Amino acid sequence: MSEELTLTKPTDAVPASGEPLLTARDLTMHFPIHGGFPFKRKVGAVQAVDKVDLDVYPGESFGLVGESGCGKSTTGRLLTRLLEPSGGTLQYQGTDITKATRKQLAPIRSEIQMIFQDPYSALNPRQTVGRIITSPMEVNDINPSGGREARARELLEIVGLNPEHYNRFPHEFSGGQRQRIGVARALALEPKLIVADEPVSALDVSIQAQVINLMQKVQRELGIAFVFIAHDLAIVRHFSQRLAVMYLGKIVEVGDRDSIYLRPRHPYTHALLSAVPEATGPREDGKKERIRLAGDVPSPISPPSGCRFRTRCWKAQDICASEEPPLVQISGNAAGHLTACHFPEEGTTEATSQDVVMDPALQSLESQHD
Amino acid sequence: MTMTKTADSSAPAEYDGKFLSVNDLRVQFSTEDGIVKAVDGLSFDLERGKTLGIVGESGSGKSVTNLSILGLHNSKTTEVTGEILMEGEDLLTVKEKRLEHLRGNKMAMIFQDPLTALSPFYTIGRQIMEPYRKHTGASKKDARARAIEMLEKVGIPQPNRRVDDYPHQFSGGMRQRAMIAMALVCDPDLIIADEPTTALDVTVQAQILDLLKELQQEFGSAIIFITHDLGVIANMADDIMVMYGGRAVERGSVSQVLYEPDHPYTWGLLSSMPRLSGDVNEELRAIRGTPPSLLNPPPGCAFNPRCDFADQVAGNKCREVRPDLGEGRAAACHLSADQKQTFFVEHIKPRLG
Repeated sequence: MSEELTLTKPTDAVPASGEPLLTARDLTMHFPIHGGFPFKRKVGAVQAVDKVDLDVYPGESFGLVGESGCGKSTTGRLLTRLLEPSGGTLQYQGTDITKATRKQLAPIRSEIQMIFQDPYSALNPRQTVGRIITSPMEVNDINPSGGREARARELLEIVGLNPEHYNRFPHEFSGGQRQRIGVARALALEPKLIVADEPVSALDVSIQAQVINLMQKVQRELGIAFVFIAHDLAIVRHFSQRLAVMYLGKIVEVGDRDSIYLRPRHPYTHALLSAVPEATGPREDGKKERIRLAGDVPSPISPPSGCRFRTRCWKAQDICASEEPPLVQISGNAAGHLTACHFPEEGTTEATSQDVVMDPALQSLESQHD
Repeated sequence: MTMTKTADSSAPAEYDGKFLSVNDLRVQFSTEDGIVKAVDGLSFDLERGKTLGIVGESGSGKSVTNLSILGLHNSKTTEVTGEILMEGEDLLTVKEKRLEHLRGNKMAMIFQDPLTALSPFYTIGRQIMEPYRKHTGASKKDARARAIEMLEKVGIPQPNRRVDDYPHQFSGGMRQRAMIAMALVCDPDLIIADEPTTALDVTVQAQILDLLKELQQEFGSAIIFITHDLGVIANMADDIMVMYGGRAVERGSVSQVLYEPDHPYTWGLLSSMPRLSGDVNEELRAIRGTPPSLLNPPPGCAFNPRCDFADQVAGNKCREVRPDLGEGRAAACHLSADQKQTFFVEHIKPRLG
């Protein structure tokens, strides 16, 4: 299968220029929490996404990374308008679609598609593969020359499946193959933007690379823009030219690949990068900085005031609690590399003289053993 | 399981051989579709205080191996043969009662998903106290003090208050810490950690892995660490065993397996993973095809349908003869040492950066 995926020499770094395809400003999603007796009323809100600004340009791959509960999936669903934002604006090619009705959205829906995380639940088990791929065309009344079936078979071939599998059911396929069907379905309408929400995290390691290669081929050859949502930093680095790091509903840092991975400024980005376990790499110990945060991500129901990362940050001071840091370009950073921090770190991932260990249990154990 | 007479409750006298030795372990399940050979002739040794990492994809038999060490498989549908010697005592032939004595006391397990492994009905404290009281006969008060001590050790803030919390009141990382406390409460000699950090976020994973390592230093336990993530293994283990289709295909120390791998499957795993320092313009080299069915595994080497080098071995040997894994540092592959060296240096190493 991998043979079919060979490419012409991949071209990198589609310039992020021209008009953005999709623009989000102050995009906010607060899910209300109802409670109380005897009458239910709103008692609070899960601030899943809070004032997020981002632009996706045509043909680029934009990554969205963060830990669970940081709002990256919710952002993905807002961008596809599967959810209606509770605040902010969302523009698609200059048209405001923030509050667009179902009817107004209909022509845009075909241009923004989604690939889901779990290929086992994203495909209807009672429909054949052919029906799964052709029904978006039916709904949107698209009649490709040669007929829908021929197009579906062609799509199966593009994603590396046998066109003869047209009449099979999803259960007859393995996880990786099902994810390929998901990709074929997303391609059926020739979209301009695909939002892929953790498309490979449910797959085995050896299969992940197959699906990543396939999506990369699709992205480069068909010029489709991707919003790639994942928690695995190495995979996002491989797939996306630009990316945003999210923490507790906010974008804390955004920039091109090299800026984020080589010259990160936000302490949280530093912590994330230092936590990635690597199988091989520089063998000499101590070349990479070591940061161990304490505890887990706080609840998005009552996020910390000011900077949301301050409760786990080793550089936090009073101003971090009182004032929310704006997402701005710090002097010395490349254009488009924005960081939201009052006390940014040095732009390097090299080891510092002392490890940052915030975890109290680790601290005491390490001091015992040293 | 077959039963033979062995000395029960009392532990065997000082045993100065290998701490844990698994010899030719075979585990078979009978299912509606036929017999599944989940583990097929597996052997390994583990010393006290060392960590053995077992890597493999889903269905490679890594979890089943460890369930059979603890005797947690369903004995009605499972046939287990071979030997699992812990301090010279064969765990496959001892009575259930003796196993009960060993489980939680001399050997303990840390599961992948702490939310399903902890009972939602009992407080965290009670769940930590239970094995401690059963095995040491401690009073409720002492056990509670011990539970608080353990919670503090694993880094739960305000342990004397949190000891009375229920699992749902803990966050994911804290639940995993509580489970580690539960596993360590009786100071076991062997800890089996089955994907203990897969359900956690990276920053929390890094905390938990470091914590496990430090605690191992303090308690001196041996750890069998199961994962699909080679990065995690590189951080945790002393030795690595790579499993594929129910068999070990490569074995060696961490630096041997990760830096001088000898088996095409290990090559494939290493070169299909994107890494933070890799070249982003280089396409990932995926292993083609899908993992083998354990109902009717391919003849010969189980990896041959996905192997790029199967044709390099003379006389169709890969498809007919199953290669054996030698002793010590070894890989179960028909390629000659020279071939392995050439292929690795020419095709694989440049991709690993």
